[in-house]
Amino acid sequence: MADLHLPGTLTPLFPGLPRRVEVEAATVDDAISELERQWPGLRDRLCEPGPALRMHIHVYVDRERATLATPLEGRSRVDVIAAISGG
Amino acid sequence: MPKTLLVVGTRKGAFLLESDADRRSWSLRGPYCEGWPVYHAVHDAVTGTIYAAAASEWHGSAVWRSNDLGETWTLSSEGIAYDESSGRKVSKVSSLAARNGRVLVGVEAPGIFESKDGGETFSLLSTLAGEPGSEAWDDPANQPPGHLGISALMLDEDDDSRFWAIVQGVGVFETTDDGTSWTPRNRGLRADWPRPHEEVGFCVHRLVRADDTRMYQQNHVGMHRSDDLGHTWTEITEGLPTEFGFAAAAHPHDRDTFYVVPLDPGHGRTMPDGQATVWQTKDAGSSWRPLRKGLPQQDAHLGVLRAAMAIDNYDTPGLYFGTSTGQLFASNDEGESWNEIASYLPPISSVEVAVLD
Repeated sequence: MADLHLPGTLTPLFPGLPRRVEVEAATVDDAISELERQWPGLRDRLCEPGPALRMHIHVYVDRERATLATPLEGRSRVDVIAAISGG
Repeated sequence: MPKTLLVVGTRKGAFLLESDADRRSWSLRGPYCEGWPVYHAVHDAVTGTIYAAAASEWHGSAVWRSNDLGETWTLSSEGIAYDESSGRKVSKVSSLAARNGRVLVGVEAPGIFESKDGGETFSLLSTLAGEPGSEAWDDPANQPPGHLGISALMLDEDDDSRFWAIVQGVGVFETTDDGTSWTPRNRGLRADWPRPHEEVGFCVHRLVRADDTRMYQQNHVGMHRSDDLGHTWTEITEGLPTEFGFAAAAHPHDRDTFYVVPLDPGHGRTMPDGQATVWQTKDAGSSWRPLRKGLPQQDAHLGVLRAAMAIDNYDTPGLYFGTSTGQLFASNDEGESWNEIASYLPPISSVEVAVLD
């Protein structure tokens, strides 16, 4: 099970979505699909058509910058970050 | 006793203000929509639902909705996307029109999406494809920063298949068949720049309707009036301090009375001489008078954006405008006197008013 850490800007949008979620997934894309299954609409908040991660959403797998295609291992830590920006 | 509701969109979420029919004392609630930048927020008078068009830098565009006057909110962007093969992207949702659960959403790149289920799901209604000017607005390289795409949508009171859309920097288009076909409605407008098409190339900031035949608009270069529902336009700028502005409102019971907020036309785009002033015509634009009582008259360098002025429909209508520095002003006597009813909101992008029985 991959260990997902989600940004605080995301969780208020979906009732019951915790900051930390464990999912069974082979890639980052699969992990987001699993979140979408449980919280419909969530994919659109992280991805844009393409599909690709939104410009200001960064994903790290075991501290390495990742894309949707990045594979996950059994105990991967996945950090989803809302980029530090704005004012 | 009726309740008066102001729906305010700001750069940091939506806010609601409530008052009674006297409209003297107001209570404020918010921010809503998790502080997302809200470009336009409206109230569906039939269903009572509030909708807010918002675009987060992080999480993309969506339409928020509340069925309980702001107590709870949810959001959806399901279906608000162009086909990937089109090469077009939705960068923001910028304008709304809602009636009886049908929601029209204007977006950038220019297009209109529709919801028939109260904002749960959306589908593409029209991109105005093939209309003159569309070859330029379909090219992202041609869009200036902050482009809104479809900057406004105006419904017909009686005919659901008829509405008007403003394409920012291009002009007004009317459909009478629910978006299947369009007609540019810009004849007689002034434009001080070269235009590749005779029918378009006009920078219409705000379009308002006075009655069955009369419309007014605040344009980038002048105020204009139409007496044939937008088929032809006549400029009515003379007598105003500047030709530039964004916001406008038409009196609901007197077709000859119209309000605008002239701004300096340069980069500043604030009220001339630091004096906050709403200008009123009561003779369809033949003459204008300033309305200043209660508005700051010194060092008030205020801007008002295109959707940030509204008028209610009481017998003696109230006027409202919000500034790009977060002040909200209200008049309960047709603009004769004003009060500042909120002072420290985020930059205000839209103000709409509803009278609730």
